[in-house]
Amino acid sequence: MTIVLFILPAFVLFALLVLAPIALAMYSSFFKWNGFGLFPTNFIGLDNFTRLLEDEIFLGDLWRGLILIVFSVLIQLPLSLAIALLLNQKMRGRAVYRLIFFMPYVLSEVITAVLFTMILSPERGLANDLLAFIGLEELESTFLSEPSTVMYSLFIVMTWKYFGFHMILYLAGRQSIPSELIEAAQIDGATPWKAFRHVTLPLLGPTIRITIFLSVIGTIQLFDLVYVLTGGGPVHASETMGVTMYEFGFKRFQVGYASAISVVMFLLSLVFAIGYQRFVMRRDTEGAITNMRAKR
Amino acid sequence: MSTHARDKPAIQVAKPIALHAVVIVIGIFILLPILYGVLGGFKNNQQLSTNPIGLPDPWVPSNYTNVLASGDFWVQVWNSSFIALATTFITVGVSALAAFVFARFAFRGREFLFTVFAAGLMFPFAVAILPLFLLLRFFGLLNNPLGVILPQAAFGLSLTIIILRQFFRSIPGEIEEAATLDGCTPFGFFWRILLPMARPALATVSVLAIVGSWNNFFLPLVVFNDPGLWTLPVGVQQFQGQFSRDTARILAYVVLAMVPALAFYAVAERHLVGGLTTGATKG
Repeated sequence: MTIVLFILPAFVLFALLVLAPIALAMYSSFFKWNGFGLFPTNFIGLDNFTRLLEDEIFLGDLWRGLILIVFSVLIQLPLSLAIALLLNQKMRGRAVYRLIFFMPYVLSEVITAVLFTMILSPERGLANDLLAFIGLEELESTFLSEPSTVMYSLFIVMTWKYFGFHMILYLAGRQSIPSELIEAAQIDGATPWKAFRHVTLPLLGPTIRITIFLSVIGTIQLFDLVYVLTGGGPVHASETMGVTMYEFGFKRFQVGYASAISVVMFLLSLVFAIGYQRFVMRRDTEGAITNMRAKR
Repeated sequence: MSTHARDKPAIQVAKPIALHAVVIVIGIFILLPILYGVLGGFKNNQQLSTNPIGLPDPWVPSNYTNVLASGDFWVQVWNSSFIALATTFITVGVSALAAFVFARFAFRGREFLFTVFAAGLMFPFAVAILPLFLLLRFFGLLNNPLGVILPQAAFGLSLTIIILRQFFRSIPGEIEEAATLDGCTPFGFFWRILLPMARPALATVSVLAIVGSWNNFFLPLVVFNDPGLWTLPVGVQQFQGQFSRDTARILAYVVLAMVPALAFYAVAERHLVGGLTTGATKG
């Protein structure tokens, strides 16, 4: 009795506002629907999905998502890790630096995006003047209004906003490694690089795998930052699945087609999450220490 | 690292300097955009184009005072605060009840049900927003604060239940036995003993819920047409659209919109960092 009473509120809320919408999205993705009424009626089978596969904007969304993921994993995460290890050193003002580095994460995506729209604006922005100031005039650009540079600009803004979050996770992971292990390696004559490569890095494995996971899932669902920063433009050059879905669902009232995009986002997240947990994160349950012993 | 440096006095001096230099450069990269915003708000547009980096000359306070004097800004601060507090209250209250059952009762289907809730971590707004909008329209909750509060609470359940369940589990069973022997009902134990003991965990999940709600943009964007209901993120975005040529004024608005979040961060940094770290590693 208690069990039912205690779980019921959570279950009702969750079923009605999390599970039902997802089910409704799946259902309406098989219909051509302008969104009037609660349920669609014009069943068209898989037409929305076949249309997606021919939609250059949507295929571009997938490609751009992939680029952002690759950039994040190869540049943003290693950078965050390096900074976390720097901040792990004994140094004066460490707490203050950590506070500052993490700060952008607390600001909303909208604030970040509006601020950077101004900074990257060609006439009044800070970026071009700064580049001129440090003698890099050839890098001056219109950044957000130029298809060839918009993705790099977006990535820099994403890094500004999110690296602190990954840094915090790496710091926590690093602090859970007993320093005896690293000292022992150094007493045995390991150079700092070798100690990092063969002791710290493997022991940070679980944290690294989680940050990659969060990065990928976050990129699949990216909306706020892009929508406010560029609106997906110029000419769709920075559009993401979330922005395309918004355009079709809320601006053009092609609700069935937009639902199909939602469903693809959902399936991509789901397949990735299950596959990743099954094949990549599984060994983390064995525990880092036993893992290392096994390798020896 | 430290033992290494001790052997080589030359490095001992050079290393901290290099370290600080690198860290300061990163700090500048982080702070410069914010500083640009703060100073830019004190300039006029002509100053912004001729002198984007330097100090304002003369200082123009009118951008800030105009925003502060306009009712819109304060209405949005109030809306954001109200929605954040209501969301947090519902998320944490409802989750605590469920987490209590998941942590301390054995029943058939418990793990399955818990997995369903936990899987909610993978369903963010972006995936569900369109059907959510249709449902809210059906229930007549568009242009109603509940239309944002309830879905936010529902989407916050997963993380909150996971963190709270873990904390409730760590409280020894003997305490519950003692309470039951003294005639405590399950709800009495939950309300008078478990919740007070769980204060640190409750603070953590509350901080996460507040920040999540405060920064949410997508849902209030589609639910609220009425400017009187806009939250700060929507207000900032609309303000930018409305005054797109008036950069200095937008900068002032953005900077003022940052203040509550940064103030909250200064107070709750520890809980926020702790919550995100456990949330990420346990979820």
